[in-house]
Amino acid sequence: MSTRPIPTPALTKKDFVSDQEVRWCPGCGDYAILSQVQKVVPALGIPKEKFVFVSGIGCSSRFPYYMNAYGFHTIHGRAPTIATGIKIANPELSVWVVTGDGDALSIGGNHLIHALRRNMDIKILLFNNRIYGLTKGQYSPTSELGKRTKSTPMGSVDYPLHPLSIALASEATFVARAIDTETKHLAEVIERAARHKGSAFIEIFQNCNIFNDKAFDNFKARDVRANRIVRLEHEKQIRFGADGEKGFRINHCELEVVDVNDGIPESELIVHDEHSRAFVAYMLARMDYPDFPVAIGVLRDVTKPTYEALLDDQVMEARKMRKPDTLQALLESGETWKVG
Amino acid sequence: MGKTKTRKRPVETPKEIEGVVIRFAGDSGDGMQLTGTQFSSTSAIAGNDISTLPDFPAEIRAPAGSLPGVSAFQLNFSSVDIMTPGDEPDLLVAMNPAALMTNLPDLQPAGRVIINTDAFTAGNLKKAGYTENPLNDGTLGNYQVIELPITSLNAQALESVDLPKKQVSRSKNFWALGLLYWLFDRSLEPTLRWLEGKFAGNPILIEANSTALLAGHAYAEASEIFASSFKVREAAIEPGTYRKIAGNEAIAVGCVAASILAKRPLVYSSYPITPASEILHYLSHYRHMDIRTVQAEDEIAAMGIVIGASFAGKLAVTGTSGPGLALKAEAINLAVMTELPCVIINIQRAGPSTGLPTKTEQSDLLQALYGRNGESPVAVIAPATPAEGFDCAIEAFRIAVRHMIPVMLLSDGYLANGSEPWRLPDVSCLEPIEVRHPSSDDAEEFLPYARDEKTLARPWGIPGTAGLEHRIGGLEKDVLTGNVNYEPKNHQRMTDLRQEKLDRIADFYDPTEVDGEPEGELLVIGWGGTFGAIRTAARRARKEGLSVSHVHLRHLHPLPKDLGDIIGRFKKVLIPELNMGQLSIVLRARYLVDAVGLNKVEGQPFKVREVHAKMDEMLRSK
Repeated sequence: MSTRPIPTPALTKKDFVSDQEVRWCPGCGDYAILSQVQKVVPALGIPKEKFVFVSGIGCSSRFPYYMNAYGFHTIHGRAPTIATGIKIANPELSVWVVTGDGDALSIGGNHLIHALRRNMDIKILLFNNRIYGLTKGQYSPTSELGKRTKSTPMGSVDYPLHPLSIALASEATFVARAIDTETKHLAEVIERAARHKGSAFIEIFQNCNIFNDKAFDNFKARDVRANRIVRLEHEKQIRFGADGEKGFRINHCELEVVDVNDGIPESELIVHDEHSRAFVAYMLARMDYPDFPVAIGVLRDVTKPTYEALLDDQVMEARKMRKPDTLQALLESGETWKVG
Repeated sequence: MGKTKTRKRPVETPKEIEGVVIRFAGDSGDGMQLTGTQFSSTSAIAGNDISTLPDFPAEIRAPAGSLPGVSAFQLNFSSVDIMTPGDEPDLLVAMNPAALMTNLPDLQPAGRVIINTDAFTAGNLKKAGYTENPLNDGTLGNYQVIELPITSLNAQALESVDLPKKQVSRSKNFWALGLLYWLFDRSLEPTLRWLEGKFAGNPILIEANSTALLAGHAYAEASEIFASSFKVREAAIEPGTYRKIAGNEAIAVGCVAASILAKRPLVYSSYPITPASEILHYLSHYRHMDIRTVQAEDEIAAMGIVIGASFAGKLAVTGTSGPGLALKAEAINLAVMTELPCVIINIQRAGPSTGLPTKTEQSDLLQALYGRNGESPVAVIAPATPAEGFDCAIEAFRIAVRHMIPVMLLSDGYLANGSEPWRLPDVSCLEPIEVRHPSSDDAEEFLPYARDEKTLARPWGIPGTAGLEHRIGGLEKDVLTGNVNYEPKNHQRMTDLRQEKLDRIADFYDPTEVDGEPEGELLVIGWGGTFGAIRTAARRARKEGLSVSHVHLRHLHPLPKDLGDIIGRFKKVLIPELNMGQLSIVLRARYLVDAVGLNKVEGQPFKVREVHAKMDEMLRSK
């Protein structure tokens, strides 16, 4: 008698839609991201029960409730720690962290750094809307200097940080950026992160149409984006402009925008290398409009053993060297003596 | 004085005594903790009952010779059952002036003091705050003083050992140990064996320390500094296999045992903190038992990792001390809300803030019970002795998984570092810890917040189980589905359920033991590491004819159901605590009893005398 494997029905987007009503504001960029994640994960060939979505606090952190998967809506800033615990306990799970600019970079900055540094095999989606939404409109660590908000009527006096610089400096093995409205590109980046073995970090520019509307329009709007966004592709020259006429040179340790129409030879333009650990990725990550176009795509994709794999290896090695103790042996593991 | 006499003395029978309290005191670098530990082990193996009190500074190396740099180790070893390290030492070993300055006031009147005269230099005397040399000015007039140039006697003995002078000096503690081994008729064998293991691969250090030990011993025998030696017979303790164990070690062994009894791997995540770090160190050696230790980036992360590991189905535990517990409070509350089983070990130290990191206190009780936002019940248990840490660790996991609740294990610095002989339990008497995860077969009716009728525990459904996909979080839950629910009545109901779930833990307790008569004049209620002092004082008072009974609470939350009745059978209640009255607050509120507190926060355990005096005072002032 032959045994036929029971065919597993292919998963579809619908399988990951939960029965909970989505409660983000109409027009919020979060909808697009949710939709792309629900589209990407069924195609990964991972059984549904192996997905765990972990979040902290903030608008983005409602995400797990809307995914029909295992989900954990935790506490402010701590999602990477809970995700770390889950992954250590069961490395077979596909563990995702959904977070925001306040959650990940302000209250949870320390945990983000250390989860990335350990190369935990977790996927971190940082929805960056450069504002605190759930607490109704205070500036965040990514808000621009001088931002007028409810808590800063005269403008903020905090300099913002670049999430990608933090990720690169924390030795994340996969670092990328995407935009909520560029859905096709967003899906590609999410899928690559999902297939990456190790810590993957994606900064997603996400529009908060209530408290910080059009925050990214000065470079992502349809009529300007050709000249103000640069899409990174591995082993290809970094080019932008309506006809791809512009590129970069490195001049005195700085990036310089050049135009091939100005007689610059194409051979001088820099080529993107995702596998490089050099400083170019930092320079690309820190490019800001109006001085530079804004880079999206994968900035770094390198591999090294994950934390949970190294820990597993130690467990295996220890087991090879020493059999598990019985309860009796455990009790007698110190110096013992008999009485009577 | 100081010259080794080679003449062998006639063999003399050692004088028998019931027990002795010794205190070794010296500079942080003098190896006093090691010396004390060795003497303790040797005495335990010789069959004595022992109880120890290490007392060391927070600084790794405070300035040499200074008062804050003094490190001490007190040991009580006896031929009868003892429960404390002793109130006052009978014998003090003072390796330098600072050690003499800080420890002499504790010595018994007419007690014996052995002094390393080599360390009594003008510089050291000044550092210790002596304007006159106490060896000459009558300070020691009421004591039996043995002055020995220990540093130079040790150096003479080690002349043939090829070591730099500084290294030679570092073995002087073993010379002193050898001296005391002769005085108390102890075998050198256990320490010689220990040295061989400790310095395996470094024969020169084995030789140096062994030579020092033997030389100290030979000096005591050959010289006539001691009129005779003493013998402390084996204590009449229960037959069985014994092991000397300190509180932290006992808790760590208990965690591994819980993993075996539950047949589940264990994750221990913590951030280094005094006095809890040894638990992390100990468990890190148990990878072969599938024990995963994770040193987290901070206290909060350690708790987060524990919660994640618990969600994924592992036994999960963290360890910390007061400041760390404060940082973990928010995350502990997440475990309360999501009803995930986990254990939080808190080794209390003197606070507030950084406080006195290496000194003991019991002042985190209210923090453990109530130190979180909202109505947040967690179970709290406390070991009474170092070895009881083993039982409490197992019980903590048993409660956590049976009731799906975080359990706080409250130990303290005194228990953590103090040690006693531990009679190994019969492994067949250790009940398995039952763990159940719903399977895919249960998927049809899986409700993450449906409850067990008896315990009110929710099902522990874990990621990876097909069909059980569900979401949990810190927002208030619907009473069955666990979905977010903001309805007023639902919040009341869930709050009531979480409390009742905690209360039902008490259904599983054994009846509370009352030491002494079940009713009478005075009931003394204690908890945690004050057990030995209270029990000893109560028994002493009863011998004197006073009506004193003692209840020692292991279960602090929920309290045993019979406690109210027990309290009602006594006219007066005394609650000694190493805090300013925290259990008193709880028991006064709960039972409307006019309990009297005996409170002390000096970073030191109670002396038996202090507790006894309070009992005496309460019973004589009718």
